[in-house]
Amino acid sequence: MSLPLIKLENVSFSYPESEGGDNSFAVKNLSLEINEGEFVAILGHNGSGKSTTAKLINMILAPNSGKIFVDGKDITHKDMSEDDVFEVRKKVGMVFQNPDNQIVATVVEEDVAFGPENLGVPSDEIRKRVDEALEIVNMSEYARHAPHRLSGGQKQRVAIAGTIAMKPRCIIFDESTAMLDPIGRKEVMNTILRLNKEEKITVVLITHYMNEAVLADRVVVMKSGELYLDGTPSQVFSEPEKLWQAGLEVPQSVELMHRLNTELGTKIPLGVYDFDTVAELIKNNI
Amino acid sequence: MNFDVGLGQYYESDSVIHKLDPRTKLFFVIVYIVAIFVARDAYAFIPLACVLVFAVILSRVPIFTILRGLRALVFIVLFTAVLNVFWTSGTEASMIFQYTVIPDTWTITLYWEGLYNAGLLAARIICLLVCTTLFFSYTTTPIELTDGIETALSPLKKIKIPVHEFAMMMTIALRFIPTLIEETNKIMNAQKARGADFNNGGLIKKAKALIPIIIPLFVSAFRRADELATAMECRGYRGGNGRTRMKKLKMHLRDLFWFLIPVLLLAGVILINIYGNGYKL
Ligand SMILES: Nc1ncnc2c1ncn2[C@@H]1O[C@H](COP(=O)(O)OP(=O)(O)OP(=O)(O)O)[C@@H](O)[C@H]1O
Ligand SMILES: [Mg+2]
Repeated sequence: MSLPLIKLENVSFSYPESEGGDNSFAVKNLSLEINEGEFVAILGHNGSGKSTTAKLINMILAPNSGKIFVDGKDITHKDMSEDDVFEVRKKVGMVFQNPDNQIVATVVEEDVAFGPENLGVPSDEIRKRVDEALEIVNMSEYARHAPHRLSGGQKQRVAIAGTIAMKPRCIIFDESTAMLDPIGRKEVMNTILRLNKEEKITVVLITHYMNEAVLADRVVVMKSGELYLDGTPSQVFSEPEKLWQAGLEVPQSVELMHRLNTELGTKIPLGVYDFDTVAELIKNNI
Repeated sequence: MNFDVGLGQYYESDSVIHKLDPRTKLFFVIVYIVAIFVARDAYAFIPLACVLVFAVILSRVPIFTILRGLRALVFIVLFTAVLNVFWTSGTEASMIFQYTVIPDTWTITLYWEGLYNAGLLAARIICLLVCTTLFFSYTTTPIELTDGIETALSPLKKIKIPVHEFAMMMTIALRFIPTLIEETNKIMNAQKARGADFNNGGLIKKAKALIPIIIPLFVSAFRRADELATAMECRGYRGGNGRTRMKKLKMHLRDLFWFLIPVLLLAGVILINIYGNGYKL
């Protein structure tokens, strides 16, 4: 087993502004490993510390205690220089919720170029990366457009292209589909899946949508700043009571099978399946 | 409110003028403006206008588009012209007509000088507007312009003037103007839905009605600024040092030509001022 790309060891963090005792920790004693090439979904109720965790990994915030390693390097080290921070940001990109607030330039391709420009990449290489990144997110034909004229899904794909152009090893999506309509959400989810499968980029997807989480290789559930569940989607969703306790929902098919099991006494094995399998399972067990 | 600041003005084309380096355009416009204000002899406006017409034709921006752009400023041109017509006094010989409104106190006198002055001032304003809009907005994207300004002023970085930061601020401002306009509309509609009335009442009442728009707008702008700063940090932004550009500005031979034109023009205007025998402003 190779070194995990991202590793958190007993990380705790509380916002300086917040007061109070133990409950004020936004992230509490969190240990988590994310391997290269993985697609991890992070679920959790509002305020469970998902965004805070993402910001800790990206060094926007520094933990009060515990250690964080990115690509084997301890980023919680006291004498991290500005260049070290820079290296971390190069490896771990981030896409946020509101596409409007992460686009900097007035032309799509200029915005995609922003990241590599900051990295000091030579001009020709930037041009190449920008074209490639726009190609990957299917936005090549909008290269010369003004971002404010695009739809939400398109804007978000531009933001993704801006991150891809930095050639990160991992991209963290913090509720990047939350402000989009169903079509935009689908566009962005397809892009994310393609990044993971074809470009081999490690994906951390923070989301409130269960149907997005089931697409991941692994689901991590957070509750009040702590790690609550960690496993494959099937493992995590086969325990609906636990999820309900964490203030979450489960995919509808799982809820249906669970209700059948409790109310009719059937013994359908819970898990995440496609529709046909669910139908088959229900038919066979009733 | 349905307008597009700056961006909407850009006229897509790959003409020579579009392809000029933004620094050349800056130089051209500055020297041209100097020439406009140096020009005092009526004949000096002939080369000024010719150069401009030449540039407009080369740019392939339709004359109609440019004239339409001037429409908004017709009032200013007329106003200065009218002022000049009546405020200029001339000699007995050049008087065109005289009208007494109130005997012994208010007489309106019109001189030929007044008409000339008005005409030349109008010419100045029109040249000024056509030149700046043609070079700065019809043929140059805002980003090219800020890039041009940043590179042209980059020597000032040596004396610790934050040139890059100013250019970045300009870019971000341009980027967010449409977003904030859209947001203003949304907030206005939300307040209207709650019964706010922006159209009736006196000035004070109207101003008061704006408070529930301005405050949410500010709050949201600060939140946006905060998020944008985080996003920029995540994208490795750490100021101008060590930053490269995708599009490096490069001077071509044609830029030399467009550097020379305004210089020659200015020289010509000065010569005409001295030796020309047209009407002097
Ligand atoms: N800037 C801040 N200052 C102080 N407290 C904060 C700040 N941001 C978040 N918190 C607090 O930290 C806790 C964790 O917040 P976080 O944003 O990480 O949650 P989240 O899981 O991302 O929630 P959501 O699903 O709503 O995005 C919350 O209790 C929140 O109130
Ligand atoms: Mg969050």
